[in-house]
Amino acid sequence: MAEANESGSVKKFLYVNRKAPYGTIYALESLEVVLIGAAFEQDVSLAFLGDGVYQLVKGEDTKALEVKNFSPTYRALEDYDVTKIYVDDEALRVRGLSEADLVIPVEVVSAERMAEIMEEQDVVLSF
Amino acid sequence: MKLGVVVNEGPYTHQASDTAYQFVKAALAKGHEIYRVFFYHDGVNNGTRLTVPPQDERNIVKRWSELAAEHKLDLVVCVAAAQRRGLMDKSESKRHGKDTDNIAPGFRISGLGQLIEAGIQAERLVVFGD
Repeated sequence: MAEANESGSVKKFLYVNRKAPYGTIYALESLEVVLIGAAFEQDVSLAFLGDGVYQLVKGEDTKALEVKNFSPTYRALEDYDVTKIYVDDEALRVRGLSEADLVIPVEVVSAERMAEIMEEQDVVLSF
Repeated sequence: MKLGVVVNEGPYTHQASDTAYQFVKAALAKGHEIYRVFFYHDGVNNGTRLTVPPQDERNIVKRWSELAAEHKLDLVVCVAAAQRRGLMDKSESKRHGKDTDNIAPGFRISGLGQLIEAGIQAERLVVFGD
């Protein structure tokens, strides 16, 4: 399944998720990139900022929206070896959320730490 | 420098495609290499040849096609995003039993792997979106 990476190099990829899961397609299509990208065996991290933290909130019910609920897909990330998940602490706090409200284990980090994480990356894809 | 470019918004509604185009043009003028331009989300709509803006307006799609022809650019439209939004080439059109294709000259349809590959191969990946 893995497509060959000609140069054989491993880069640090960070996917930055900034938008709520529904209302726009960014979150879903970001997740599609993460899943496809996993086949390339790069060093992958995900960051959730701003309304992006809503993507990880438990108990999403999209029936009334007639939109596919892709919330369970986040739980599958581990199977793709995507385990570095960073969530901005202030983004959670100002929305009245905590780690316990999220569907997967994450590392809650300060804005300063998030900046450092971004600085360490080779490729940052922002959605 | 070898650059990869990602365009995440469609033409006209958002500035992203215009800025990406100006960036690519400026980078080429400075002697940089554009490894690939990848169109994702509504960005795939930059690749429809059925775009016919008023004559006194810039033609964003045609502009990309012309730049691609001039500099042999690799303009790649994401297939999954394209299928959702009704952008197809001849083979996709045939496969889905549609009566036409609409991809503009210089663009090709391929998978998201092309985006990851651009991230790996380019020295910098520059994302244009909202």
